[in-house]
Amino acid sequence: MIRIAVLYPDLLGTYGDGGNAQVLECRARWRGLEVAVAQVLAGDDVPDADLYLLGGGEDGPQARAAGLLQRDRGLHRAVDRGATVFAVCAGYQILGHHFISSDGSATPGLGLLDVETVRTAERRAVGEVLAEVVAPGWTAVPTLTGFENHGGRTRLGAGVEPLANVEYGVGNGEDATEGAVAGNVVATYLHGPVLARNPGLADALLERVVGVPLPPLNDERIERLREDRLALRP
Amino acid sequence: MALTTRLRRRVAVWGMDLVNATSRVLRRGSGTVAGGHLALRIDPNLLRSLTEGADVALVSGTNGKTTTTALLTQALRTAREVATNDTGSNMTTGHVATAAHAAPNAVVVLEVDEAYLAKTAVWTTPRVVVLLNLSRDQLDRASEVRMVAEKWRTMCSTTTATVVANADDPLIVYAASAASSVVWVAAGSSWNLDAVGCPSCGGHIAFGDDGWACGHCAFRRPMPSVACRADDGDLEVALDGVLYRHPFSLPGAFNRGNAALALTAASILGAAPEQAIAALVEVKSVAGRYSHEVVEGRQVSLLLAKNPAGWSSLFEVVAGNGDPLVLSINARTADGADPSWLYDVPFEVLRGRTVVATGDRRHDLSVRLHYAEVDHVVVDDQRAAITRAATPGRPVTFIGNYTAFGALVAEVRG
Repeated sequence: MIRIAVLYPDLLGTYGDGGNAQVLECRARWRGLEVAVAQVLAGDDVPDADLYLLGGGEDGPQARAAGLLQRDRGLHRAVDRGATVFAVCAGYQILGHHFISSDGSATPGLGLLDVETVRTAERRAVGEVLAEVVAPGWTAVPTLTGFENHGGRTRLGAGVEPLANVEYGVGNGEDATEGAVAGNVVATYLHGPVLARNPGLADALLERVVGVPLPPLNDERIERLREDRLALRP
Repeated sequence: MALTTRLRRRVAVWGMDLVNATSRVLRRGSGTVAGGHLALRIDPNLLRSLTEGADVALVSGTNGKTTTTALLTQALRTAREVATNDTGSNMTTGHVATAAHAAPNAVVVLEVDEAYLAKTAVWTTPRVVVLLNLSRDQLDRASEVRMVAEKWRTMCSTTTATVVANADDPLIVYAASAASSVVWVAAGSSWNLDAVGCPSCGGHIAFGDDGWACGHCAFRRPMPSVACRADDGDLEVALDGVLYRHPFSLPGAFNRGNAALALTAASILGAAPEQAIAALVEVKSVAGRYSHEVVEGRQVSLLLAKNPAGWSSLFEVVAGNGDPLVLSINARTADGADPSWLYDVPFEVLRGRTVVATGDRRHDLSVRLHYAEVDHVVVDDQRAAITRAATPGRPVTFIGNYTAFGALVAEVRG
């Protein structure tokens, strides 16, 4: 049984990222794997799970989610025992040391990724992204496509690897990288939802959890969408 | 001073009319934007001076603005002359075009973009402001919905208008409760995912059959003084202790809510409710929405939905029939460039139906339907999609988002 926990969809569910859980659930079930998805609302205890998902959200709810997760400590314990975590946008920023909101205030993050999110004079990054996966152990994942929408810029510390190099779009912002990876913790700025647009990344996450390669699925409809999106390639 | 002010206003309106007439002849846009920009450059205070002394009603919200504005206009015309921006130009450029040609003594009824409401209220000193609902919409280019609610709250705290507000939407109640005069209307809500975090204290709002309340503070659904019923084909509105009932052709619980809000606003502005409701139910379609057209020889019902809340409420409408569906998604500027919101729409309810996906972003929609496990086909062209969906003896229901819908309406109406 694969246990997936969606953390605080009521706070971190603004940009359709809830679809990532649905994609993982379908892709596991379609292969005959047993899978259960728990929607963990703000204030509920973080349960034991194999794979944790965090989505994007607005500034206020993001700060509240960071505070609740800090107090709960369940996600910290899960990372210590090797659980897989996949975080998007505001969820990505929460995993770092701290993040600066649009009003300039700093909020402590969970410190599960060696990154920090700052504000610069640059405009909000809004638009399509294409990125080539470079993180060791993840390079079999084909080109990532997604949609970014964030004001913060994220600086990577020595304790993480970039998930990908940006070909089109902004990503982390300062060094043409996108997202971050440390162990089984993976984070990205990409919406779409990103796992709907990138079945290779969805399967790579599931394979982390089950520990064996998964048989292919009929992804014809998704490949057709990817052709569309990859046509942005410069 | 007074003379130059008047002169400036006259020059601004003259320039606006010239540019707008030209752009209409050239078929560039709806014919109010370019002229409005020019006029506002000549006279930045134009909207204020044009509406000085006039009764103004403003209508805003994420969904239902155009329909509610049309219903209010129709209801109010039973009692008074009305000028309204029914071209869809719901920003200041459209407002000045409407106000410049309002008859003396006409009520100016303006549909207002959510981001423009606060400043429009400052410029027009409205008598009535109608607040419908707030939910996620076009996040790539619009403010996050809570920021809009905060701005509206500030506007409500200073306005002299009577605010006619939907008691079933916590974000609307948060904004409207700052006003000195509010009429709460039980207008309903089919979407509450943007309001589960209490806008007042950050606590958790619980929704039940008898309303909603925050579990941590005193913020809760106010007692409405106007209610509507949504369980049969008639529109029933209880207003000032009287029950009004009429057959109503616009579909969905949300349109009954829109009608109740419009009727309340019309009665505040001087319409007699009995005549107003009789006139309002005559609205059968609004800028193509809810209209029935013949496309490629097939009967087609046209519906517009722009965001998760809009799609969810339309699914309540189409759930009752087995008609084949054409769903069309674009992601042009007016739609928002990021179609991620498709994953917030409960497409799963369409399992077992005949579904055709079309529009610029048909492949995004197709992947969404794939994960919703809804069988479907993808057709590039909207009209071909309608032909593909057609089943003998059944009308096709077409649901498109903003520019997809607009393109089809423009094509079928020529």
